Amino acid sequence: MYKYDEIDQAIVDQRVDQYRDQVRRFLAGELSDEEFRPLRLQNGLYIQRHAPMLRIAVPYGTLSSRQLHKLGDIAQRYDRGYGHFSTRTNMQLNWPKLEDTPDILAELATVQMHAIQTSGNCIRNITTDQFAGVAPDEIIDPRAVAEIIRQWSTFHPEFALLPRKFKIAVSGTRQDRAIVQAHDIGLEFYYDEQQKMAIKVWVGGGLGRTPILGSVICEHLEWQHILTYCEAVIRVYNLHGRRDNSFKARIKILVKALGIDEFRRQVDEEWQHLKDGPNTITEAELARVSQYFTAMPYENLPAHDAGYDSAIASNPAFAAWTKRSVHAHKQPGYRAVTLSLKPHGKAPGDITSEQMHVVAGLAEKYSFGELRVSHEQNVILTDVKLSDLYSVWEIARANGLATPNIGLLTDIICCPGGDFCSLANAKSIPIAEAIQMQFDNLDYLHDIGELELNISGCMNACGHHHIGHIGILGVDKDGSEWYQVTIGGKQGNDASLGTVIGRAFAAEEMPGVVQRLIEVYLRERTDEERFIDTVRRIGITPFKEHVYARQEDATHV
Amino acid sequence: MSNLIHNNAIVNDEWTTVTLPAGEEVVRKQAGKVVMFKLTGEQTCTPEQIAATVIPENGKIIVPLSVWLARKAELAPRLAKGELGIWLATHEVLESLIDAVDDINQLPIIAVFVERFADGRIFSIGTLLRTRYGYKNELRAFGDVLRDQLFFLKRCGYDSYLIRADRSAEEALASLQDFSQPYQGAVDETQPVWRRVQR
Repeated sequence: MYKYDEIDQAIVDQRVDQYRDQVRRFLAGELSDEEFRPLRLQNGLYIQRHAPMLRIAVPYGTLSSRQLHKLGDIAQRYDRGYGHFSTRTNMQLNWPKLEDTPDILAELATVQMHAIQTSGNCIRNITTDQFAGVAPDEIIDPRAVAEIIRQWSTFHPEFALLPRKFKIAVSGTRQDRAIVQAHDIGLEFYYDEQQKMAIKVWVGGGLGRTPILGSVICEHLEWQHILTYCEAVIRVYNLHGRRDNSFKARIKILVKALGIDEFRRQVDEEWQHLKDGPNTITEAELARVSQYFTAMPYENLPAHDAGYDSAIASNPAFAAWTKRSVHAHKQPGYRAVTLSLKPHGKAPGDITSEQMHVVAGLAEKYSFGELRVSHEQNVILTDVKLSDLYSVWEIARANGLATPNIGLLTDIICCPGGDFCSLANAKSIPIAEAIQMQFDNLDYLHDIGELELNISGCMNACGHHHIGHIGILGVDKDGSEWYQVTIGGKQGNDASLGTVIGRAFAAEEMPGVVQRLIEVYLRERTDEERFIDTVRRIGITPFKEHVYARQEDATHV
Repeated sequence: MSNLIHNNAIVNDEWTTVTLPAGEEVVRKQAGKVVMFKLTGEQTCTPEQIAATVIPENGKIIVPLSVWLARKAELAPRLAKGELGIWLATHEVLESLIDAVDDINQLPIIAVFVERFADGRIFSIGTLLRTRYGYKNELRAFGDVLRDQLFFLKRCGYDSYLIRADRSAEEALASLQDFSQPYQGAVDETQPVWRRVQR
């Protein structure tokens, strides 16, 4: 992974000094709440329901063992012994003290970490695919480009105070796992007709209050021009995006208002002045950054391992886990492993300090000391030998990290919701927990098969509910908490937004509602169909009828 | 004590900034709250306000763009003497300033008014003035200008900052040194780090 040189290190160290002084001035009453707000936000600090929340950047989801050990220590020392991985692969601490935050940032800086641009109206943490570098369908390892974008966007002076936050995702695989269509800018690498690598640029996607999938603004961009092209897009947005209403301030609103053709025309006009300028990426710089992302020193291994095969044959629990948690790898004899942060009945994405140390230890021993965080809020060991999988499983299982539910209904993607977040209309974690308990039977869960269920506690959509096969949105009705259900959303190359099935439900109804949706699927599905395929084939009506029929029965009794 | 920083030092302000007389500002509300920012390109003053704007007879003045546009004939001699600069607010369209003078470098000073700290349009306006339009003279930020914007303002081509009256310009001056090596190329340092330094 990328290693800081003295320039990178100086930037994070100087940032800590600057922030320490800002906190000092705030505590001394020299800065008002309103003035301190954008400053603390640009250092990841929110003021939440119970305490401040500190969001620590995990750039493109990559962590070293050393960094995760440090996060474990920090959570223990400055918080309540746990952290939460968000859907943007960052780590959130829910209980730090404001006056401790400069020290936390100073500790992070010792392991090349920071909280820069994890909040505020700036270019946020760059995200990509959790299997970058090991995915068999990879066109390019997107991490080098993501790192170059990270550096360019760090304290970008022109874009320090945008109308609203700005999210960039990079996908380097044929199968998009970075949700490029749901970002302000999505960069999708592909091979063109001449088998040359090119980038398709998406703009104006986003979930939140007004969910919109992005539009293609450029079909064919060469990698050298990524930064100047992004500058052109963001400059048009910075000058003309709405600033009068924060709900209408994302770039998607500007793109919709102008129309993609007019927006493209303005961007192209701007780009003519920037193209081939100093921020054009050089071969040398790409090579310099890429050297940090070369393949691991793999052993030459056969494609099969007898011990692994026999463990699967003799141990059904291990076999069930491998089916869900072990993923293909481009190197023979290696696999990527997802450790589930979704044990049934616990807050999705939460990880204790103890677990952080265990995971860091697993990575050290079995996966070259590196790991990844996914936007599904799980942790991934990217390079595990087949012959080590059984040992990894045993340790993971002993530490509550091996629930065999990856990609299944209980692998719920969920924001912190009303238990923590001051924006939320409703709680989300208790809903996730109740649904997980409803589907606690593993055989049944595996029979239902692949299903993505996403929960957001408000329309800001941090739980990405619009693209869940089943999406649940917390809403406020007359001061009480209700839940609206959508079905048919999907991430990936054929992304779609879900459709609302009807009136909202009370919290206690939710496990039953999901159960009813599943019943329709099990009744209607063909052999090969996943839940999402059935929804797409038969439409939402049968689901709607079944869910609400029961309700009417209940009221008529 | 002056609150003006120019070329990395606290200096006395030679310029008088002319403002429009208060008009009846329409306060708009949206979803129950007052609208915070004017939209880009929105008309901000009336012909009556422009006509009623008092221009000091002598000395160096910075006049609103709208006043310059409407009262060019009257003000042109002041420009010829090098005693006239123009200011615009962040929501005004920069191109109308460019079109309003024969050569942008006739203006000894351009000032940009930022109503709220969080309004980052000021950064693009500065960048465009310096890079696209080749403006070389004093470029000033005024309004809600506080120390934590200065580093960004400097990188976007501003060399003059009128710090908000209730804050110390001396402390603000120190913040220009917050970071030693920026990553990306911008106005003050056009080359990104990988073109400046052997890494």
